[in-house]
Amino acid sequence: MLSKRIIACLDVRNGEVVKGVHFEGLRNAGDPAELAARYNEEGIDEVVILDVTATIENRRALADTVGAVAKRIFIPLTVGGGIRSEGDAAAAVDAGADKVSLNTAALTHPELITRLAARYGSQAVIVAIDAKWVDGRAIVYVRSGQSGTGREAVEWAREAAERGAGEILLTSIDRDGTRAGFDCRLTAAVSKAVPIPVIASGGAGSLEHFAEVFIEGSADAALAASIFHFSEHSVTNLKELLRSRGIPVRL
Amino acid sequence: MIALIDYGAGNLTSVRKALSAIGADVEVPRQPSDLDRAAAVIVPGVGHFQATAAMSDAWRESILGALGNGRPIFGICLGLQWLFEGSTEASDCRGLALMTGQCDRLEGGVETRNGQSWPLKIPHVGWNALHFPRTSRMFDGIEEGSQVYFTHSYAAPVTGDAVAVTTHGRPFASAVERGQVFGVQFHPEKSGDVGLRVLKNFLDAI
Repeated sequence: MLSKRIIACLDVRNGEVVKGVHFEGLRNAGDPAELAARYNEEGIDEVVILDVTATIENRRALADTVGAVAKRIFIPLTVGGGIRSEGDAAAAVDAGADKVSLNTAALTHPELITRLAARYGSQAVIVAIDAKWVDGRAIVYVRSGQSGTGREAVEWAREAAERGAGEILLTSIDRDGTRAGFDCRLTAAVSKAVPIPVIASGGAGSLEHFAEVFIEGSADAALAASIFHFSEHSVTNLKELLRSRGIPVRL
Repeated sequence: MIALIDYGAGNLTSVRKALSAIGADVEVPRQPSDLDRAAAVIVPGVGHFQATAAMSDAWRESILGALGNGRPIFGICLGLQWLFEGSTEASDCRGLALMTGQCDRLEGGVETRNGQSWPLKIPHVGWNALHFPRTSRMFDGIEEGSQVYFTHSYAAPVTGDAVAVTTHGRPFASAVERGQVFGVQFHPEKSGDVGLRVLKNFLDAI
């Protein structure tokens, strides 16, 4: 049976992982390649590098970071943050990314989804959706959650899948950074509406939260950053707990 | 020299990187005649079966010629599917027909396990287990039940050529072997240590 995936997100700025990292025994805890290698040893299923600055000047630094990570790990690697054109996607792929994650550009230029899917295959195209509950509707937001688009997350996820996205990365703005748990209601609504896999993101604060999002949220994968960076919880501990709950994992 | 065929379907960076990491001398041939110098041929690929149509008859003949000269061939993902007669994904495209059968779409739905219903998504993306109906040089030193990374919507039938079987809704051939013809549906270049071992085993079999 297909395993539920655990994905580590590295928020990167100028070649360094931001949000601080507390691993003992790492020469440079802010080094994305060192951190990715450590997660890989612990059994992480995938790694996402998110360029949190995403400025033109940082493109070169990002490519170097992606290249350095890709040299160390032989598991799927996604690059997101500021992918606005086919050229940006090509730079990420050439640097060693297996998948790119589109956010704002997918909304403003949805034909980009189809173009990238035709060039690299749907498996290489993730559409990231940031959503927030407004009057009982899950609304899509852009620009780091600052502006609402008025579109419903479920409807946009369906369109993205039809246009050729291979996966949806769904972030709950309400839960992001709260450590109050994933938004299972939002995740289940989107996951049950699309035929493609949905990665849940935002709100992981305990290992139990992952079990919830797989069982109640029907998530196919769960992504987190700080829970792995800050806490004593290892990926191995998390997977052991999930397995004890009857959730299929790779251990 | 190991020839890595580039027919424009997806990117070769990952496969190339993984092969280099285990010490293989990899080259992307520019023309079909370059295959005369190859010790083995690797056909990677992701995406639509139609993409294999980009391979001209000259390429097909060179690949079959290399095989005829005793050079092993190794298909990855779409490359495995291409070893079969064809695929319902593009019924007007013929495969190499080195294996009998047609590739067909996996079916989505719901799967019940441990008293819980799980969504069964298509494409089949993620880590799933390998079960070995018989031994294969490719899986030397790899335990039954080891998990590898998949990403595909179509799959090959389980026939006598299957050396690994995986289930997503239905069982499919996750690896095939017949003589010097090898294929894996999963991505060994993205399957961690298990995947690198599969590639190493192939190199050792050359």
